[in-house]
Amino acid sequence: MWTESFLLALQMTVALEPTARPKVTPEEIARGRTLFGAQCAYCHGADGDGGRGANLARPTLRRAPTDEALFRIVNRGIAGTGMPGNAMSARETWQVVAFVRTLGRVKREPPAGDAARGARVYGTAGCAACHTIRGRGGPFGPDLTDIGARSSPAYLRRSIVDPQADVPVGFRQVLAVTREGRRITGVRVNEDPFSIQFRDAGGTLHSFFKEELAELATDDGRTAMPTFRDRLEPAALDDLVAYLVSLEGTR
Amino acid sequence: MKALLASLVALLFAAEPSAQLTYDRIRQAAREPGSWLTYHGTYDAQRFSALDEITRANVQQLRPVWMYQVQGRHHVETTPLVFDNVMYLTDPPSDVVALDVKTGRPLWAYRRTLPEDLRACCGNVNRGVAALGDQLFVATIDAHLVALDMRTGRVRWDVEVADYKTGHSLTAAPLAVKDKVIVGMAGAEYGVRGFLDAYDAATGKRAWRLWTVPAPGEPGHDTWSGDSWQHGGATTWVTGAFDPETNLLYWGTGNPGPDFIGDLRAGDNLYADSLIAVDADTGALRWHFQFTPHDVNDIDSTEIPVLVDTEFGGRPRKLLLFANRNGFFYVFDRVTGEYLHAKAFARQTWAKGLDPKGRPIPNPDAAPSPNGALVYPDDDGVTNWFSPSYSPQTKTFYQNVREKGGIYYRNDVVYQPGRMYLGASKRAVPDEEPWGALRALDPLTGDVKWEFKVTTPPWCGLLSTAGGLVFSGTMEGMFFAVDASSGKLLWRFQTGGAIWSNPISYQAGGRQHVAVAAGNALLVFGLPPSP
Repeated sequence: MWTESFLLALQMTVALEPTARPKVTPEEIARGRTLFGAQCAYCHGADGDGGRGANLARPTLRRAPTDEALFRIVNRGIAGTGMPGNAMSARETWQVVAFVRTLGRVKREPPAGDAARGARVYGTAGCAACHTIRGRGGPFGPDLTDIGARSSPAYLRRSIVDPQADVPVGFRQVLAVTREGRRITGVRVNEDPFSIQFRDAGGTLHSFFKEELAELATDDGRTAMPTFRDRLEPAALDDLVAYLVSLEGTR
Repeated sequence: MKALLASLVALLFAAEPSAQLTYDRIRQAAREPGSWLTYHGTYDAQRFSALDEITRANVQQLRPVWMYQVQGRHHVETTPLVFDNVMYLTDPPSDVVALDVKTGRPLWAYRRTLPEDLRACCGNVNRGVAALGDQLFVATIDAHLVALDMRTGRVRWDVEVADYKTGHSLTAAPLAVKDKVIVGMAGAEYGVRGFLDAYDAATGKRAWRLWTVPAPGEPGHDTWSGDSWQHGGATTWVTGAFDPETNLLYWGTGNPGPDFIGDLRAGDNLYADSLIAVDADTGALRWHFQFTPHDVNDIDSTEIPVLVDTEFGGRPRKLLLFANRNGFFYVFDRVTGEYLHAKAFARQTWAKGLDPKGRPIPNPDAAPSPNGALVYPDDDGVTNWFSPSYSPQTKTFYQNVREKGGIYYRNDVVYQPGRMYLGASKRAVPDEEPWGALRALDPLTGDVKWEFKVTTPPWCGLLSTAGGLVFSGTMEGMFFAVDASSGKLLWRFQTGGAIWSNPISYQAGGRQHVAVAAGNALLVFGLPPSP
């Protein structure tokens, strides 16, 4: 059993415990804002209203109902998501927590459009061919079930009119040509130097060791999503954004 | 790259892929032996693979194809599911990983954030997922049932089955039947009241609940003294079997609570330590058989009901075979519930024998006492959650067996929510060297045909195959195959970690593979490419 205790001890040296919280003062919050800008804003936005990372400008955070839980997330990250741990000290981590808690108190403008009309726009524009909401739709683009909880209206609007501006990780296009000359295209699921897995338009999963392929192209950083700038009237775009903002997830 | 982009834009408007794993496919799982569609492979829980590429003649060439290392640090007790070129396994305690069967590369992972005040006494483990349609179902250590999108691992729904704070936990693989997901639960060591649940697969809404300890006014309630039924245990923590023809679920139940003190719960304590036959549509209890009435030795009957159709007593019968943790092998008619036969297949001292109806004659000296009571088996049992296997080819029932006793000292216990509710402490038997064996039993008599001895009492389940093989593993990390007819060792591989799991077999790229979890890894074996 010594191995287990040893591993636990090892883990303790990197994981901080949310104890000895300093008093929340304007100075602590200001310091937290600076740290947030340096450590967090790349994904969460300078105002914390989301982007690649979750929208934190909300009165309650689903994964961090308490400040202690938020402390642990900032310190340790969230396994299985894009949220990494961080090496900030306990004091600094508390400063970031204090700043993040101020974000939820900022009053946000509600989006201009109408969510119910936006749901119809979502259908007619063909979004569900690639995106999934509550299990319905294609798996080629990001799942949108809780996109409203993760991204700001401004980020969503930009993703629709200029999808190339910020391409989410993990959705690369793949063209593979087998040694027998069979051409297969799809969206990448996983890849390493030796093999690649991707899903084609019919939803079929393909897996190849690279020596089985005569040609393999993965489109680095290009999005498969077309721009909807010229396909949607401004009002329809507003409605679609309002609909996406209303998607808060299943939990 | 322009051509690539054009083809991808065309892809955008392609049809949505359809649901993948229908109930009909699961019901007829024996017709696609290249897949492993439920925890037991097939509803009848035989854990027999009809694949015969790997044989007695070529098993010597079996070699690892790939391994997958889990992140969890608990025992990996998972049975993977495999179909449509993807393997789905659980990473303990409650994460789910999808792997490409060809390369072993992960396709997605569902990582569950768990509460920090979990109480699960007996291992933060998980034994696998269920699959139906385009969803997977995982029962979590914090007592939720979660449906995941099979393609992406995204959560479809997440429902609370019970409150983890009062000691409920879920470790068993759910069982998908028709449009429902059947879920068993654990927590008898915390004085919970047991149940078996079914949930609507589409919505997560609970379809029915069968309490395994009857409430006042219900049949069987009079087998509990006073209020003891409220903490009566009888949990359902190992996946049962299903027969589409009888439409019955067959499920084993766990020990009564508190585990070791009987005078707090005078009576037989139904339906603890029982086999229950449950209508799959309504949850109604159709019949039951109690193996160990008024158990004071923690010998749960949560083992695997194995469904076999064969001749018994001169006529074809639909049988149910059950190698109980209490040391007896039982044969039932699974249509009527009639007890047909039982025989001890390992050392046991808790009973002096069975009467003609299969009811045990208790040995009072085996009850925990202030000065200590020696009993065989110990509370880990002769068998436990790990699976047996039945080969229709050799007409033999294979079971890993533990030969180990314990000395039990009674102590006082008071029920408090979320606290252990046991009533005894345990000591090892001085100078005893516990051991184990893979035993081949005659399915109709329980007679031992042969055995393959192992050094340490095992926690590994079994797989028999049409290639004439039985696969098993040891606590010392050896994964091995024996001749299903003779028990002769034919192949072995040192995995480097104790094996606490059930092996499976499936096809990838048209070739037979065998997979087993060992240590913190899932290992896959196959024959070399054909020359």
